[in-house]
Order: sequence, then C-alpha cells, then structure tokens
Amino acid sequence: MSSAEKFLNLTLHVWRQKRGQEGHFETYPAKKISTDQSFLEMLDVVNEGLIAAGKDPIAFDHDCREGICGMCSLMINGEAHGPEQGTTTCQLHMRHFHDGDEIVIEPWRAKAFPVIRDLVVDRSSFDRIQQAGGYVSVNAGGAPDANAVPISKKEADLAMDAAACIGCGACVAACPNASAMLFIGAKASQFRHLPQGKPEAKQRALNMITRADKEGFGSCRNHFECEAACPKEIPRRVMAETFRDFTAAALLRED
Amino acid sequence: MTASKSSVDYPLSDVKLEAKSPSGPIADKWTKHKFDSKLVNPANKRKYTVLVVGSGLAGASAASTLAELGYNVHCFCYQDSPRRAHSIAAQGGINAAKNYQNDGDSVFRLFYDTIKGGDFRAREANVHRLAEVSRNIIDQCVAQGVPFAREYGGQLANRSFGGAQVSRTFYARGQTGQQLLLGAYSSLNRQIETGKVKMHSRTVMLDLVVVDGHAKGIITRDLVTGKIESWAGDAVLLCTGGYGNVFYLSTNAQGCNVTATYRAYKRGAAFSNPCYTQIHPTCIPVHGDQQSKLTLMSESLRNDGRIWVPLKAEDCGKDPATIKEEDRDYYLERRYPAFGNLCPRDIASRAAKVVCDEGRGVGPEVNGQRLGVYLDFTDAIREKGRADIEGKYGNLFDMYAKITAEDPYKTPMRIYPAVHYTMGGLWVDYNLMSNVPGLFVLGEANFSDHGANRLGASALMQGLSDGYFVIPSTIASYLASEKPARVTTAHAAFTEASTEASTDIKRLLSIKGKRSPREFHKALGQIMWDKCGMARSAEGLTGAIADIKKLRAEFWENVNVGGDADTFNINLDYAQRVADFLEFGELMCLDALHRNESCGGHFREEYQTPEGEALRNDDEFAYVAGWLYRGADKTPALAKEPLQYENIKLAQRSYK
Repeated sequence: MSSAEKFLNLTLHVWRQKRGQEGHFETYPAKKISTDQSFLEMLDVVNEGLIAAGKDPIAFDHDCREGICGMCSLMINGEAHGPEQGTTTCQLHMRHFHDGDEIVIEPWRAKAFPVIRDLVVDRSSFDRIQQAGGYVSVNAGGAPDANAVPISKKEADLAMDAAACIGCGACVAACPNASAMLFIGAKASQFRHLPQGKPEAKQRALNMITRADKEGFGSCRNHFECEAACPKEIPRRVMAETFRDFTAAALLRED
Repeated sequence: MTASKSSVDYPLSDVKLEAKSPSGPIADKWTKHKFDSKLVNPANKRKYTVLVVGSGLAGASAASTLAELGYNVHCFCYQDSPRRAHSIAAQGGINAAKNYQNDGDSVFRLFYDTIKGGDFRAREANVHRLAEVSRNIIDQCVAQGVPFAREYGGQLANRSFGGAQVSRTFYARGQTGQQLLLGAYSSLNRQIETGKVKMHSRTVMLDLVVVDGHAKGIITRDLVTGKIESWAGDAVLLCTGGYGNVFYLSTNAQGCNVTATYRAYKRGAAFSNPCYTQIHPTCIPVHGDQQSKLTLMSESLRNDGRIWVPLKAEDCGKDPATIKEEDRDYYLERRYPAFGNLCPRDIASRAAKVVCDEGRGVGPEVNGQRLGVYLDFTDAIREKGRADIEGKYGNLFDMYAKITAEDPYKTPMRIYPAVHYTMGGLWVDYNLMSNVPGLFVLGEANFSDHGANRLGASALMQGLSDGYFVIPSTIASYLASEKPARVTTAHAAFTEASTEASTDIKRLLSIKGKRSPREFHKALGQIMWDKCGMARSAEGLTGAIADIKKLRAEFWENVNVGGDADTFNINLDYAQRVADFLEFGELMCLDALHRNESCGGHFREEYQTPEGEALRNDDEFAYVAGWLYRGADKTPALAKEPLQYENIKLAQRSYK
C-alpha cells in the first residue's frame, strides 16, 4: 500500500553510446525516488535532470508501460528486465531496491541487436524471423465458421501459453549464445497446437530457424537462461517441440 | 442551472459532410453497397500504391488485406516493430453477434446495444455494418491461429461485458488485444515477405500532402536518422489511434499521439466530436507526482467483482475487512439494479466520481482527497472458489499486485476512472473516407461507430472490421476513378510540406528554453483533466481555453528540447507531439463548450436529470460536429452531419 511509500537515493551506471561509435558508462545520481515509481519512471526523473542541465537524456525503448508491448528492455545489474521473476522493466517497481544501491544499466547485448543509441537496440531481426514463417498462410475472407473445428481446451491452453511471448528479446540477451530459440519456439509452438497451424508446422520451424541463423543469432545449447529471464515465463518445451519439427523438415524432408 | 444558448462563438462552415449511407433497409445496406461499388480489376491493382499509417488492429489488418488483394502498400509505425502498436494492450475481449450461447443475441441486438451505448450519437448505417461484420472477424481470427479461450467441449468460450445482457465477448485470457494484433501482424509479415508490403518502423508521420484537393502522400521523419522523407500514394489510410494522451495521464502507451490526425485536420480534414472521450471506470488509482501512466484493470473483472464504498465517510480510512455488510454502499447495484456492476463505462465512471466527491472514496489521500473505490472479489471467491477466479483473471490479479504491492485475493482492489479511449476522430463517410478525397481513416482514429460512449470489447471489433472487411471493398470505389500514380514526390506540394517540417524542427531546437516538453505536457494534462474530464462546465471550459493558449505561447518561447535534428533524439520527437496536443486540447474544449447537452462521455454539469444522469438535447444536438481548420489562432468553423434514426427510437438511456 502507498502508505509504505519510501524514498531512495541511488547511483546509476548507465551505458551511453551513439550510433557507430564506441560506448562507455556514465554515472548519475538518482535522488528522492519513490518506491511506488516504476524503473522507467525513475529514469524519467533522471532524464528531466539531464535535460535541465543541458545534457542529452538517456535513450531507452518503452511504450505501453503495462508489460505487454514488449518494447522496454534493459540489463539491470546483469539481469534482463532486472531482478523480479516474470516481470518486464516497465512493471519493475523501485520498492525492490534499497536506499544507497548502485545500479548498472546496459542495453541488450547481441550481434543481431545492434545498438542504435544508449540503451536502444535494433530488434528488427526478430520481425524478419517472423516474416520467414510466423503465420498461418490464409487470406482475409472466406474463413469457415469459428466453431466448425472444435479444439480441445488442453491444446488451446498450450497454444495460448506459447502465444504470450511479447517479443522483447530478453531471451536473447540472457543467452550465452544469443540464441533466439525461445522466441521462435513461442510462435512455432502456438501454431503447432492448433489445427489451423499444423499443416505448415515443420516447414515453419525450418524456415524460422534458418532465418535466425542468417540474422546472426547463436545456436541453442540448452542453458535455459532464456526461460529464467522471460518476463512472460514461456516454458522451455516450446523449443523442444520446435526442434522436433525442425528435425523432421531438415533431416527427414517431411512437410 | 441554465447556460446561455450559445456559450461560444464560432463560424459555420460551408463544407458539406455527406454520410453517403446507402438507401434501403438497414440489414441490406452493406450487401447492396458492396455490389454497387466500383471494382479495380486484379491486373490493375498492382498499379496502385496505398500508404497506411499505423500498424495496430486497423492498420495491420488493412495493410495485409490490401496487399493480399494485390495493391502495393507502404506501412509506417513509430514503434520499433509493428507488433507493438497499442491495440496490443486491450485486455478483455472482442464482441461478435455469433449467438453461440443461445441467449438471444443477434446482429440487430449488437447494433441496438452499440447505438444505445453510444447515447444515440453514432451513425446507424455504420454501426449495423459493424455488427454484421463482427461475425466474420471471429472466423478470420480463428483461421489465423488466434488462441481464443475454449470450453472443455472444444467450442469457443464467451463472457459478458458492460452495456449488454448477453454473453458475446470472445477473449484470450486477459490478452485479447495482444493475440488479435499478433494475428494481424502475422498476416502483415506474410505480405512483407512477399514484398507487397514495405514496412517502415521507427517512423513518424509529420504531414499529409494534398494535391488538387486529394490526399496523395505523406511526409515522415525517421526517428533513428532524423531524415525527412516524402511518400506518394494513390490513397492514404490513417490508422493512428486515439488522442487520450492529451490528458498526460491515461491508459494509452507513452507514444500515442494526435499528430497524424491533427496535421490532416490542418490540411482540411474535418475533426469530429473531439470532446467525446472515454473515462474507463476500472483503473489503478494515481499514486504520486512522478507517475507516467495509468493502468487499466479489464472491465471483465466487473463480471465477478462487486464495486462498493463505505456508507459513512468516517469508515473510509478503515481496513475494508472490518467494515460490516450493512455499512457498505454497493452503489452501482443500488442505482442500476438491472445492469448492476455491468452498466456502461461512462455511467460507472461518473458514479465513482460522485461517491468520491461525497467524501466516500477509499485508499491514500492524493491532494487531500481519497480517489478510489473497492472492487471486491470476496463473494466470488467464496462462491466459485479461488481456482475459478484465478483461471479467469490470474494475470490481471498479478499485474495489480505488482503495481500496488497488495494481494487482491485477500484485500479488495482499489480502482478509479482514467482516460482510456477517444470516440472522436477524423470525420469519415460510410466508405471510411474523410472529406478530403483519398484520405481514409480507420479504427480509433475515426469518429464513426461509438457515438458519445464506446461499449467494452467494441474497439477491437471496429479496428478489425475496418481493416479486414470494410476498406478492401470501399477503397476500390475511390481508386477506380483515379489514374494510378498520377502524382509523384517531384510535385511542389511535397517539397513545400517537407520544407515546412524541417523548419518546424529547427524552430523547436532553437528555442533553448528552461522547461522540458514533459513539464508542458503535464501542465496541459492537468488543465484537461480538471476542466474537460469527467465533468465539464461552460465556465471551466472557457477558462481552460484561455489557460491552454497561455501555456502554448510559453511553450514556443521556453521549451527546452536539446540535441540535434539528425540523430535519435527522443526529446525532439516528444516535443513535436506535445506541440500538437497544445493546439488540439483547445479544439477539444471548444467542442465541449459548443455542445450544450450531456451525452455519453461528455457530461456538462449544467445538463443533467434530477437523478444526475446525462441529459441530451436531441432537438439541437443530434448531429456529428465536424470542425474545419481556418488558420493559426482563428476559431475553426463548424460543419454538421445530422443524425437520423430510422431503426432505433431516440430515447433516454436507461440501465435501471
């Protein structure tokens, strides 16, 4: 409850970088931060101070600020989206920090996510993976009645668990190999559990993984750091399922 | 209380706003219209280029569907990926008149509920089409692999939403918007892969280019490089969402803005009913000064939660568990026994304001007032079990706990109304075309379907209806009479508009004042919330207009933007959005001031029934207001589209 509101004084070490240049850390104080503020609202306060001092504000990606758009990011003290399980940075509140804390803030680090500015990275490689096959090939119009094909609640729930992915990239940032496998698995698994997505399941897995390789993501070596970092808690089984489809398509030439 | 008949002076425009609703019985209009419309033959479609601004439900569905038909499409969004458009944040669901529950639903009932829910300020023909098409949307989304909630028998599940007595809402846990948007995004990706859609992310639209009275292109700024670019097309679709961020604090994403629609207004498009804004009743209350956004708790919670405040003001600081049943006021159940906690949003919001203004609000005091009411699940958990409630609302309860550090399974949620959706937008005819030929407006960005109040689970329906099913048919009528690619970016209108855009940016950067764009935005938001929020008055609005003018003048002398024009400059982008809000806020207040009646989300204190309900004035105000720009610091001119109700009788809205 807000009656427990406290104020913190913190020291931030923030990665600053301009496009095409070398980056470096800069240290800023963050003073009188309410424990009810979110992490991004804390950065807003620091930025207002920088603007008043005639300095460039810290660039970071954010939009919905309610944990669903997937635009926010940040490595906070070495952890993707910070210390709370199943939480995006925008939903991380300052009550999880202590007065006097030093906080290191870095962008996602991966070859396939080049830095645009400060904490902002280019994640368009994720879009290109989806373009390689993250869809059911159906045009608008002419779909049969929605209840024509029953889908068991169990399968629908498995699909939904996977579909919860917000495409933020924490899985890649957390992975020692910068693999995008949890991200790919989330989409591929959603579709393979639904009759509408089944016909293309194997080819989809092959196409998406092939595209990820081309984009410079690493291979999955089962560290499962991705699962631990995922703010939507996408389970590791989505990767196992996708590897099975990938193997069928790549080695056994199955459709 | 009486107010002067005209509390504000404005000129009348000679622009004619013709709805072009087809003739004939309401149920046949859309079918007949599709047949009567011109077509573009398949071989010719590839000669046309369509510019789609925005990639939410309306934009992504329109872009992908037009590309499937063979048109060349450029799609633009300000986010780093089209998947992040703010449609993604819709939680509760999407309505469709499927009648799968056999509970008496029909196309006509959805049509009726939407017209009545909008307090008789929407156009009948558009709303009926929306209700018809609603059924196709669910079919389409299932075909795309959208994982809707299902019953054990494998059939689709439904739930109830405010303003309806049937269960017609389809949902995907508390993430319906996300799943529908990802469905549209997947179709968009398929077309990007084929090359029919060229996607431009991290790009904002700065101007509309009008050539010989027709919309023929846009000017954009690349947020990464700062590059100003010109794009020519045979038609322009604005699918840029609502303007709720004019209030600073809202449930909108941080980047949501009015820039695209406002700049189109400055180029001649009529802006309709800007004062119709929706204040959503179930949001987490404001906690402090540094807050940047308000978080919505889905309206679906009102299916099982009971809303109450203490009967006596002296109980408001107590632990709710210690307040006895007879000392609680379940005010919605008391005032609206037929709909109870499921009455429409505008009514539930106003009722919450009333009890808080009476001093019966709960939660911590902010600026000397407790602004919150309880949303209590104790009875539902006792009756249905914790597992059932967790299954339906688990992610919403988790989100609430994260933000407030309170456990809603044990202590009632505290909620308060917050700005959520804007029913106003650019004026469009039945074809979704504005009064500027070639400029189409879809989804929340247009004004057409929700009247003065939108019912829950209808925004997703409208966005997808416009994009998947309406525009593919209606755009052909316009394009068929246009020679393809008749204008290129070599035209002088593009050079002029892009020079203006660069000049504006230079001007903003050269001010080098003392106050940040955020400070101006906050100050504007405070004016709008106090004077143009849940309750409005002629006196308050008149004062607000003067205050906004003053604030805007200060902005152009004292804003501190910093940085350069040709880099990733977050503050420059923000300053541009705030500059437009500072003009647009005044237009909203003007519209609210001119409308001497209360309807839906527009509540003028001077016009209410003895019970405190909205009092419409159908004799004078049963029209759509369309404001036309006449130049800086000139009062815009008003054009009116009269609303005719041929199928539903105008009546005072009752949810008792």
